[in-house]
Amino acid sequence: MDESAIVVEGLRVRRGGQEVLRDVGCTVRRGTVTGLLGPNGCGKSTLMRSIVGVQIVESGRVTVLRRPAGSPELRRRIGYATQDPAIYADLTVTEALRYFAAVLGTRPSDVDRVIAETGLEASAGTLVGRLSGGQRGRANLAVALLGTPELLVLDEPTVGSDPELRDELWKLFHGLATAGVTLLISSHVMDEAARCDELLMLHQGKLLAQDTPEGLRARTGAADLEQAFLRLIKGREGATR
Amino acid sequence: MSASITIATTRRILTQLRHDPRTVALIIGVPSLLMILLRYVLNSERQFSGIAPALLGIFPFTIMFLLTSITTLRERTAGTLERLMTLPMGKLDLLFGYALAFGLLASLQVLVAAGISLTWLGLDIGGSVWTLLLIVVLDALLGTALGLFVSAFARTEFQAIQFMPVFVLPQFLLCGLFVPRDEMGWLLSAVSDVLPLSYAVDALTQVARSATIDGTLVRNVAVIAGCVVLALFLGAATLRRRTP
Repeated sequence: MDESAIVVEGLRVRRGGQEVLRDVGCTVRRGTVTGLLGPNGCGKSTLMRSIVGVQIVESGRVTVLRRPAGSPELRRRIGYATQDPAIYADLTVTEALRYFAAVLGTRPSDVDRVIAETGLEASAGTLVGRLSGGQRGRANLAVALLGTPELLVLDEPTVGSDPELRDELWKLFHGLATAGVTLLISSHVMDEAARCDELLMLHQGKLLAQDTPEGLRARTGAADLEQAFLRLIKGREGATR
Repeated sequence: MSASITIATTRRILTQLRHDPRTVALIIGVPSLLMILLRYVLNSERQFSGIAPALLGIFPFTIMFLLTSITTLRERTAGTLERLMTLPMGKLDLLFGYALAFGLLASLQVLVAAGISLTWLGLDIGGSVWTLLLIVVLDALLGTALGLFVSAFARTEFQAIQFMPVFVLPQFLLCGLFVPRDEMGWLLSAVSDVLPLSYAVDALTQVARSATIDGTLVRNVAVIAGCVVLALFLGAATLRRRTP
């Protein structure tokens, strides 16, 4: 049990009268890069919010680093980046990061480290509001990397980045995982799925599968993950009919 | 509660303002301009001295109310509030950080408006200038604290602006500026008794008239300070770590 960074059991979430997560259960192993995949609106962000502890849930249990999600002592141990950059537009990148570093109580030198890790050196003195979409996304990611998080929950962290940068970010993610950090990364791009150690496939609020990329391909007999995902959806629809 | 997080928050808000010099100029300049306008509309130093002390409290109250309700609403809609709630940030750290930053700004605003009124515009007060300034700064803080509180009930900036007439204008009408509070009907008088701005205007009028600091003045100032603290705690109660 010590192996799991996240354990989700029977999670149900209702937002605006609609059931967004329907009896979701999954585990995320420590020190792995786990991909959370599925089309837009399938409940990825809601699952992430539940894990971080900011989502009101209807029922079910979410355990993060062996504590109930949302416990105060987890706040220093989880790095979280939302899909829409949540970072002050009227501050420079450095100023905004310094503030979040102060809230976390980490050393100010940490700010330079995360700026370098996200390749933002050239725009460190630029107002966040003047950055390009991709740069703003990276500044948002940089906030999550501050301190020494044991778990990173990243909602579509590579959206808007060019292929070269995306490659560097994935190298960074794997480097962190090798150092023992657990990463849960959502994406709706299937070619990123192949770079994950394990995959969670979410569709219309239901967990379709939890497996390794190879396992999924073998199980569905599909050549690529896109096909595997489609077959899983078809299989489920066939089962419910 | 953590002093270092509160101070960091204050510094962050002041840095945001530093990147927006036009807003700062408006905050500092507008109450003074309104006082100058009032002085020449009335065209009489005596009449001006009668009404100016109350308005010196009301203008910063109104402006700080609007300013804080919009800024905190922005913090909510931009997602930065949710992010802070996932970090080791206490709710009161955030609110006191805001109160401190806007309190500093309000003090500057009040110093300029009162300075101009007392010198150029010929405002003549019987009591101490420092007591007057203390009450006016408390008024501005009251506006800040109420703005923080009501921003929780607005979903859009349009709604937040609408709270100005809802929360501020009735207090303005009932504070005794237009009709003395003891001449109002019992119902209006009772409503006036529970609105904090009434105590502010009572205190300001008293300081303007005489130099004596009596029990009534101390009580009125204590009521305003109490309302500031109460509004801050109510504001903290509206901050939610978990949202739908």
